[in-house]
Amino acid sequence: MSEQTPSTPPRTAATVSRRRFLQASAAAGGGLLIGVALRGREHVAMAATRAEAGFSPNAFIRIDRAGDVTLIMHKVEMGQGTYTAMPMLIAEELEVDLDKVRLEHAPANDDLYAEPLFGVQETGGSTSVRGNFDLLREAGASARAMLVAAAANGWDVDPTTCHATHGEVVHAASGRRARYGDLVDAAARLPIPDDVVLKQPAQFRLIGTPVARLDGPEKVNGSATFGIDVRPPGLVFAAVCACPVFGGTLGSLDDRRAQAIPGVRQVVRLADAVAVIGEHTWAAQQGLAALDLRWQEGPNARLTTADIFAALTAASTRSGVTARNDGDATGILARSNRKLEAVYEQPFLAHAPMEPVNCTVHVRSDGCDVWVGTQVPTFARTAVANATGLPAERVRIHNHLLGGGFGRRLEIDFIARAAAIAAQVPAPVQVLWSREEDVRQDMYRPAYVDRIAAALDEHDRPAAWSHRIAGSSVVARVGRDLMPKTFKVLRAAGLSGLVSMIRGVDIDAVDGATDLPYDIPNLRVEWVREEPPGIPTAFWRGVGPTRNAFVVESFIDELAAAARQDPVDYRRALLASAPRARAVLDTAARASGWGTPVPRGRGRGVALLRGFGGTHIAQVAEVEVGTDGAVRVQRVVCAVDCGLVINPDLVKAQMEGGIVFGISAVLYGEITLKNGRVEQGNFSDYPILRIDQSPRIEVHLVPSTAPPGGVGEPGTSVIMPAVTNAIFAATGKRIRRLPVKDQLRPV
Amino acid sequence: MITLEINGSAREFAVSPDMPLLWLLRDLARLTGTKFGCGIGLCGACTVHANGEPIRACITPVSAVAGRKLTTIEAVGGTPTGQAVQQAWLELGVVQCGYCQSGQIMSAAALLARNPQPADADIDAAMAGNLCRCGTYDRIRAAIKRAAVRAGSR
Repeated sequence: MSEQTPSTPPRTAATVSRRRFLQASAAAGGGLLIGVALRGREHVAMAATRAEAGFSPNAFIRIDRAGDVTLIMHKVEMGQGTYTAMPMLIAEELEVDLDKVRLEHAPANDDLYAEPLFGVQETGGSTSVRGNFDLLREAGASARAMLVAAAANGWDVDPTTCHATHGEVVHAASGRRARYGDLVDAAARLPIPDDVVLKQPAQFRLIGTPVARLDGPEKVNGSATFGIDVRPPGLVFAAVCACPVFGGTLGSLDDRRAQAIPGVRQVVRLADAVAVIGEHTWAAQQGLAALDLRWQEGPNARLTTADIFAALTAASTRSGVTARNDGDATGILARSNRKLEAVYEQPFLAHAPMEPVNCTVHVRSDGCDVWVGTQVPTFARTAVANATGLPAERVRIHNHLLGGGFGRRLEIDFIARAAAIAAQVPAPVQVLWSREEDVRQDMYRPAYVDRIAAALDEHDRPAAWSHRIAGSSVVARVGRDLMPKTFKVLRAAGLSGLVSMIRGVDIDAVDGATDLPYDIPNLRVEWVREEPPGIPTAFWRGVGPTRNAFVVESFIDELAAAARQDPVDYRRALLASAPRARAVLDTAARASGWGTPVPRGRGRGVALLRGFGGTHIAQVAEVEVGTDGAVRVQRVVCAVDCGLVINPDLVKAQMEGGIVFGISAVLYGEITLKNGRVEQGNFSDYPILRIDQSPRIEVHLVPSTAPPGGVGEPGTSVIMPAVTNAIFAATGKRIRRLPVKDQLRPV
Repeated sequence: MITLEINGSAREFAVSPDMPLLWLLRDLARLTGTKFGCGIGLCGACTVHANGEPIRACITPVSAVAGRKLTTIEAVGGTPTGQAVQQAWLELGVVQCGYCQSGQIMSAAALLARNPQPADADIDAAMAGNLCRCGTYDRIRAAIKRAAVRAGSR
């Protein structure tokens, strides 16, 4: 999901946050206070000490009599560092030491834990810090104020003469100190303050510092628990295979050989899939391989990727819904004699997180437990309720660390399938997909065809720009799931997003195309929805801005080349009204040695993006193209202004990771279909970058006092055009179809 | 019945000799730090040590490691290079999602045990079988060098 209200001023965001926070506080402060704590305690991974009368001032904080501080994480940790950044925001105001807090995964609860920018409990779209910057600081400040008031009452002094530090309240004048744990009973009886004063940036002691990741120790010694690692008593293991043609169903099945394999317990039939249950994964996998299976392949049995691209190309010649129309781009282009046109193609992509999708479910007559790593816990609960027929309140979601998300774990297909299997199994069952199943039954980043044109003025600058985007709408599908929560979602989408959606624009698909940093007086962007038959499409790290950055930044490079101008200079001249964009461009150019000679066969390419809630990013990639056409990205320099930085080391890590993720896609990433079946299945034919192919990466943070912007995805967005522009610089060949793969191989 | 020495303890398992070590570790021994990623030895998430050598547990039948000393991520911190690698990983903030990192650390610890001062090319060669979807490679290189310095200074 992407930023939907890029123009929302920070003040509005703060007001929304405050309202939500107070709702949560009111709920937690009344009869639900204990309920919140209990629900959190059900989590299998937490093994909490039971506080008989702990202090739970809101849905994010619990302090017990021993002084142990538990922070409830409503965002999920999938590598992006949110289990460090969110605690930093709370602890900054709560005045506790981060090395002493315990973290707990939040239960599924939209009322308490919805993302302010989307209206549902969700982690994605690079929203966690920018959506919760005020909310979590207020949560910490409110709790701290109550603890200070409790201490002051006990000492009979004015609370303003006391302060909190390192988990204690101190009255400096008398030297008295009280530990938080000794104050929880008194604090729990106090009213939640109506208003709290947050620190000014100059007072921050944690925010802005490179605090080490809180999830580091458990991830280097093997004790971190991902969804795949849960082992409830009596667990059995399932291997699963769905119809390899999308839309097909299970035909005939002979399971006699499978049933004879030692350790195989049961064979479960679903309408479109089959699962073998075993005492361990190996038995289940052997059983699956021994099935004699026939599929009814259905209407997509002859489908190929070429069919889909033919349909997309045709769609790109139709006029679409207008997403933006400044001036008269159409008229100027029609009259221009200095016009450039290009068509860009981007393939289907799989997510391929290192932890293949999996879900463990225990269905009983009275309820159901679900152990999973999910970006959407409340959607997961609904999916399981639908699959099992149980009421949603009887479905408990135990969330876990995610072994990579990238958008895959925004989907609930694998959770629904696991629940449908588990409904037939009299024990907790771990449904684990093989890597091949993970790649072939993914929900893919959609293939797109973009048709773009520009008319140049007398200075060779774009006087008019027309961009038509044709492809699948992920938003339209997800929107159906969001419908029961219409009010909240509509409120979160904001007025401009709402109007666009009503007019039929996919606001994600055009994100990064309509809000260019460049001064282009006549700009037209159109959206044509063209759904591929049968193939499920989904968000993928970088979402809409990543597809559009490839097109826009490639085409700007084409204009610079046509004008015989330097690509950095050409962009710079169009950035008069975007000083932050100019600053990151200049920083990346300077740090990369832009303009200095490179050896033969090498080239530098640049790309720029403004997106994800005000983040500005520029990258320079330096590539080497061998005589055999093989591309090696040698070095990447990244300059990013993401507003106020919570943790500089985490921001750098997200840039590094986003860059490597994008290089895998731009060089190799491609899902293709033949006879309705995905042709790739493992890292042999869906390769991802290895260490010996990985560039040296330098990240420069451009200081900023703007509100925080997103950092999880922008690194992926700009690297793709930076690499292809570098290939153009090295070879003179313009890459308009991804992936690069063997396009540079000599013929 | 097969007897395996895992992390210093001898344990017996009633399994078929062709069962991959990965599933014995994860599902029967309940040592879940060793991860499943690809099932065909392409990603390295399942790397463990057999007599100190890195092996891919997903394609190693248990019969092949009977009588060899197995070490998994849960115990590698007890070895000098394993401890140095884990420490360097923390100091340089290598992990992101963390799922591949058990395998990365096992490969790195085995590299340093046989080559205390690896050059870049040595690191690339030893680590190219360990995939990381989060893209932590640059920090893995730096952390191996940091660990080499620390292990060497002991």
